[in-house]
Amino acid sequence: MDRIPILKLGHALLVTIQVDMHDRLATALEEDLTSKIVAVGAKGVLIDISALEIVDSFMGRMLDNIAAVSRILDAETVVVGMRPAVAITLVELGLSLSGVKTALNVERGMALIQSRLEEFNADDED
Amino acid sequence: MPTTRTDRLDIRSSDDVVKVRQQTRTMAVEAGLSLVDQTKIITAASELARNTLDYGGGGEICLEVIHDGSRRGLRLTFEDRGPGIADLAQAMRDGFTTGSGLGLGLGGAKRLSNEFSIESKLGIGTKVTIARWKA
Repeated sequence: MDRIPILKLGHALLVTIQVDMHDRLATALEEDLTSKIVAVGAKGVLIDISALEIVDSFMGRMLDNIAAVSRILDAETVVVGMRPAVAITLVELGLSLSGVKTALNVERGMALIQSRLEEFNADDED
Repeated sequence: MPTTRTDRLDIRSSDDVVKVRQQTRTMAVEAGLSLVDQTKIITAASELARNTLDYGGGGEICLEVIHDGSRRGLRLTFEDRGPGIADLAQAMRDGFTTGSGLGLGLGGAKRLSNEFSIESKLGIGTKVTIARWKA
């Protein structure tokens, strides 16, 4: 079965969704990310959805789940690159993704995760 | 109402849901819908195609580019021969689901469309029709 690649960047994981996901692929990503967070001790997860033409309730729930599970595993999820039309549609659909942190692009999302990493490192030195 | 193009697709697997999204997109462009309107009807189609698959046990979609005078739009009809819906009002309500989803599919699809109708008979099946017009 196809898998969406997960890249490791220091203490962060980067996922770029570039295909129109069928439901099994979305579920597989959720599982893969969870095990990878634990395996590499990731503190942040960046999910780039700029290539996605739509986010429906199934994908929205997947993003919410990933954010919730990663939070429990002490990693922060930031979803970046949502297209304006997708944002408008999601809200009208009734999904506000209230549990998910978002940023406009990869750079800003990375900065969010970086600031969390710095806090974490500072705590370590104490 | 005159139709300029009609297409039919089977909905039997989650790959077919992806195909429904792609075909809806192609025909939404043909109907001249704006990017936001395309996104809305593709999202609605995705919700309804998944309902057809998960609750109707599979079925089919009919996609039509429609004309009404100078207006153009896209009409989608989802049909299954599943168990039917016992209480339509309840099924339309946000948050209600008999499955494991969020219960946003029907209500969400209605909000994302300009026209929405649903017919369901217990033991016979369910038919949902939506349309989005070019603004």
